[in-house]
Amino acid sequence: MIPVEAYLVVSTLLFFIGVYGFLVRKNLIGILMAVELILNAVNINFVVFNRFLYPDHLEGYIYSLFVIVVAAAETAIAISIIINVYRKLKDVRVDSINELKN
Amino acid sequence: MAEYLTSIDFAGLFTADNIVFFILSAVILVCGFMSVASTKLLRAATYLFFTLFAVAGLYLTLSYEFIAAVQLSVYAGGILVLLIFAIMLVKNLGTDTETISYVNKTIAGLSALAGTVFAFITMSKFRFISSEGANDAAAKVDMEMVGQTLMGTDRYQYLLAFEAVSILLLACIVGSIVIATKSKED
Repeated sequence: MIPVEAYLVVSTLLFFIGVYGFLVRKNLIGILMAVELILNAVNINFVVFNRFLYPDHLEGYIYSLFVIVVAAAETAIAISIIINVYRKLKDVRVDSINELKN
Repeated sequence: MAEYLTSIDFAGLFTADNIVFFILSAVILVCGFMSVASTKLLRAATYLFFTLFAVAGLYLTLSYEFIAAVQLSVYAGGILVLLIFAIMLVKNLGTDTETISYVNKTIAGLSALAGTVFAFITMSKFRFISSEGANDAAAKVDMEMVGQTLMGTDRYQYLLAFEAVSILLLACIVGSIVIATKSKED
């Protein structure tokens, strides 16, 4: 049987891979993809704690379902904002988007 | 963590469960890293797809089938297709290579490493007591229980949150249409 710690190690490493991507990426879509990795790591943690510590309740289970739903909503909004930014400023890199008013 | 490492039974290490878990976590970590390190964004999206797929497999090893199905259909089927659409819609983004300076890479890598070390130190201070047979294949969660938890109004049941999420999704649909629609003067 696989111990809890093994799952936690995987989710910790995945989380910080996501943090690295979030810090290093220059364009908005890359940053969004790194955020997806971070949310997945958090989801693994919720599900694993639910499974191993309280298997007869479903708190972590339901919470990670809600995290998935909110991630979907967030991605949809973020992509429509990114497309709008590209339409206005012709660029999606964070270091060249420096004006709010055009 | 040290006690745990000494207590490993190396002969019993190669069970089917362990091998499946090892392969899944290797796919998660390698493809996750490639998806943040790849210079071409379309390749990064493909690696992200494999990561999401393997995370769904991890849920299956915990015998949470429903959440694995949700992960596949919402993440791999929905979010990733949206991301690839956005990459294709922005000119040259899918094929351009992105150069990142070594200073940025070093600083980001060091801070991620520091965070990892800090999280591992914190984790090693606790012993997690798992309940027996937690990842038995027999200990399935039936859909009726999930439905009761999602739609019930008792304690530990989440009807209010469910309805709030439905309003959030409605607001999200309307909002993304309003934001992405071309205004007349463009």
